Amino acid sequence: MSPDQADANPPRKLIAMANQIATFFASQPGGTQAEQVADHINDFWDPRMRARICAYAAADGAGLEPLVLAAIPSIRVPELQD
Amino acid sequence: MKDFIIPWDDTRDMGTPEKHGKPVTLIIDGVEVTVPEGTSVMRAAAEIGTQIPKLCATDSLDAFGSCRLCVVEIEGRRGTPASCTTPVHPGMVVHTQSDKVRKIRKGVMELYISDHPLDCLTCAANGDCELQDMAGAVGLRDVRYAAPEGGALANHFEARNTSGEANPEWLPKDDSNPYFSYDPSKCIVCNRCVRACEEVQGTFALTIEGRGFDSRVSPGAAGDDFLSSDCVSCGACVQACPTATLQEKSVIEMGTPDRSVITTCAYCGVGCSFKAEMQGDQLVRMTPWKHGKANRGHSCVKGRFAYGYATHPDRILSPMIRDSIDQPWREVGWEEALSFAATKMRGLQEKYGRRSVGVITSSRCTNEETYLVQKLARAVFLNNNTDTCARVCHSPTGYGLGQTYGTSAGTQDFDSIEASDVVLVIGANPTDGHPVFGSRLKKRLRQGAQLIVIDPRRIDLVKSPHVRAAHHLALRPGTNVAVVTALAHVIVTEGLCDESFIKERCDWDEFQQYAEFVADPRHSPEATEMLTGVPAAELRATARLYAKGGNGAIYYGLGVTEHSQGSTTVMGIANLAMLTGNMGRPGVGVNPLRGQNNVQGSCDMGSFPHELPGYRHVKLPEVRAIFEDAWGVEIDPEPGLRINNMLDAAVEGRFRGLYCQGEDILQSDPDTKHVAAGLAAMECVIVHDLFLNETANYAHVFLPGSSFLEKDGTFTNAERRINRVREVMAPKAGYADWEVTQLLANAMGADWHHTHPSQIMAEIAATTPSFAGVTYDLLDQKGSIQWPCNETHPEGTPMMHVDGFVRGKGRFMITEYVATDEKTGPRFPLLLTTGRILSQYNVGAQTRRTENVIWHDQDVLEIHPHDAEVRGIRDGDWIRLASRSGDTTLKALITDRVSPGVVYTTFHHPETQANVITTDYSDWATNCPEYKVTAVQVSPSNGPSDWQEAYSAQAEKSRRILPAAE
Repeated sequence: MSPDQADANPPRKLIAMANQIATFFASQPGGTQAEQVADHINDFWDPRMRARICAYAAADGAGLEPLVLAAIPSIRVPELQD
Repeated sequence: MKDFIIPWDDTRDMGTPEKHGKPVTLIIDGVEVTVPEGTSVMRAAAEIGTQIPKLCATDSLDAFGSCRLCVVEIEGRRGTPASCTTPVHPGMVVHTQSDKVRKIRKGVMELYISDHPLDCLTCAANGDCELQDMAGAVGLRDVRYAAPEGGALANHFEARNTSGEANPEWLPKDDSNPYFSYDPSKCIVCNRCVRACEEVQGTFALTIEGRGFDSRVSPGAAGDDFLSSDCVSCGACVQACPTATLQEKSVIEMGTPDRSVITTCAYCGVGCSFKAEMQGDQLVRMTPWKHGKANRGHSCVKGRFAYGYATHPDRILSPMIRDSIDQPWREVGWEEALSFAATKMRGLQEKYGRRSVGVITSSRCTNEETYLVQKLARAVFLNNNTDTCARVCHSPTGYGLGQTYGTSAGTQDFDSIEASDVVLVIGANPTDGHPVFGSRLKKRLRQGAQLIVIDPRRIDLVKSPHVRAAHHLALRPGTNVAVVTALAHVIVTEGLCDESFIKERCDWDEFQQYAEFVADPRHSPEATEMLTGVPAAELRATARLYAKGGNGAIYYGLGVTEHSQGSTTVMGIANLAMLTGNMGRPGVGVNPLRGQNNVQGSCDMGSFPHELPGYRHVKLPEVRAIFEDAWGVEIDPEPGLRINNMLDAAVEGRFRGLYCQGEDILQSDPDTKHVAAGLAAMECVIVHDLFLNETANYAHVFLPGSSFLEKDGTFTNAERRINRVREVMAPKAGYADWEVTQLLANAMGADWHHTHPSQIMAEIAATTPSFAGVTYDLLDQKGSIQWPCNETHPEGTPMMHVDGFVRGKGRFMITEYVATDEKTGPRFPLLLTTGRILSQYNVGAQTRRTENVIWHDQDVLEIHPHDAEVRGIRDGDWIRLASRSGDTTLKALITDRVSPGVVYTTFHHPETQANVITTDYSDWATNCPEYKVTAVQVSPSNGPSDWQEAYSAQAEKSRRILPAAE
């Protein structure tokens, strides 16, 4: 599979992973759950995975938990030279 | 006066165990000596260098007082008491030598020798026999007792008595154990083996059968031999035997060793210290080192005996390359292989980008080697694509304990178990997975500590000789968080918290939020009983015992971490210890039982894609600056790919090259088909290993690895203990693994110049605060060091969080139960959980290449009689095990160890490939795979599945090696 072909499909695993993270932080106290989700993803996901989930959220977003969607603007997508 | 500064023989046998009491002063042979109360006269004498003759006493066992060789005279006391069983008394005056005791000892020895063969010159213990030594020490010169002509008197050592008739007292050698033999004719019935089996190992496999002249050491029940008995082949009896009665077969074959080197076992996370006993560069035997602080002189069947893989003919000793995986391998020189690999990896980076390649560091290799492999990714590949097998085992421990306590490691040393009153074992099977710790735990339990087991399966600890768990919560797989939270519910709602500890050591506001959360009736045991399958009353009793039973210690394993809520369970466990104040002193704490020998070290060394060595995030500029200065490169501030992300990215065409050192991801990682697809999609897979493992079926470059016997370095065990690994033989393929990584880095343009692993440790110490004080000199001096070792703790840190948590205030985390997405249904109604067995180790690459296969030659599926009956499955039948991911076949073992609805297997054999069944669900925080819960169906079968046959065919084809060119 080429990366372009891969991009054509919804990132099934990333959606599931993001939703799992959101499910955990949804149970945590305080009003900053969306930031906590974004922080976790920023800390542990490779930038290309982050770019992928953000692109998917912008294009479709179906299947993403509302808390993931709320976290998307705080997920950093660095410009990658290579 | 006696000279007190004699050079101590470090391996001297002090006769009886060390005691800890108030000082008692006495006089032995005119010399004043002060020892702790409770010490034996024998040990007190040994303290001043006087060895009282002995046979049945040894310092690993309690005194027994049977041989009467150690008799002494004590002023003011009648007779000649045995010095091993006589405790010291203030002012006692002891004479270890006198005409009287000399005469008694000589008489005793004469009787022993009268029933012992005098074949010393051809005996396997020649030169290493305490009976021989004692005969010399007491001055035995002749033996007056002989069997009369005509055969009226028999002995135990001649097959025929003096009249030529078969001697009924003579028993043949028992060679059933592959590693040691039992020769009853040489036995002096000192009971040391029987006591070692009881006191040290705790298996109770041996006994003394008969009385008086008929007393014989006997394994198991009548008709048993060593192999068929309960014996677990730990070697404690062999270690304890003073004669050639229990003798390593390697010594029988090779003779006694002439030198020894202290090193560290390369199997599990206990990290036992061993003496590698050598003849030249040939290993004669491995014996547990009594000063090893993890094992205290004990061993298990793997470390003690299963080292034969290191010289197995399957070892690949020449580098090999091929352009594609359907070609056979071509043997080449090191230079060609390394330049082939370097060119390919550089080419991939040029074509697909910097982040298209990565490494997997090995938790089997040394700290120094692991450090270099992650450095290869960071300083040569210039990305953070580095991960290690901790991803698939204890990554949730790192995350969970990091969040709650501020450090990613166990809190205690193993000695701590000796002070525990209640031991809570969750999702771990120490007697199989961490056997030497298991033995130390059982010893404490026999002394009266209480045991709680939380495990879906009835592990051996639940009920074994002289050990019975107070509570066994056989929960439904996947409900750990619900159970742990319910325990907290009981502790909070029944007022069992240690409030003063919480107030002093934890964040009070967070505690209150947490207390409110767990107090909710939906977390009560009664509310969760239907979900978890754990009776509410049992759970309540468990919580009360842990909270109020004295020092409560938690030990947990992969049954906690390998779940989609693995990290949440770790946090829940951390919460329990904080709630009850079980932290910061001996006997308590939270202790992950780490799987591999150096999985703690591989995590410490920055193997994770988001962390530099010492658990510091790559996003932190001040941390990057340290390594940028040291390495002269710019470090990528973005986290890299984890193993499962690498494989996903490979399937998508974004990840093309992998350097995998000492790990077999194809067999050990979940969802084999997905792993195979990921590997097959890569253009350059470099496998650096001892054997052509399963992953190598998809490799393009094979670099031969070195065993732990062939290199210097360090391993860090589950107690954060840094132990030295010492080279006892030259690397068989020419290079130690750290040298190979360095050569590969240099072939890719790096300029590394390490000539010894101690230099790599110096670089680690210079860059990593928790290792700041670690040097090889200090390790040689202290034997081992537990990190952190720095200015404040110059000799290391046996116990963490003593006065405060590393992160400051302990942090209670909310632990909401979330059911896994892996659900049973009509097609897959059973839950599969997986685990390990004592004799085999993980993927079995090593243990399958030893005699250990005699105990476990295939993986079997444990299934409850009820589930078997409704499926028409009989014990030993071939069955098909299928999940949503795949299917395989193996034989059934019908047992009520597993509950109805739950099946269990091990994953040691590639023919079975249990991981073709497991799914790619993973822990929410760390992507640690959910090995422990897979919905499956079991049905009768005729033999291997199509997948198994296709897999074997591919493996066989892929392992072809072209004959070397002339």
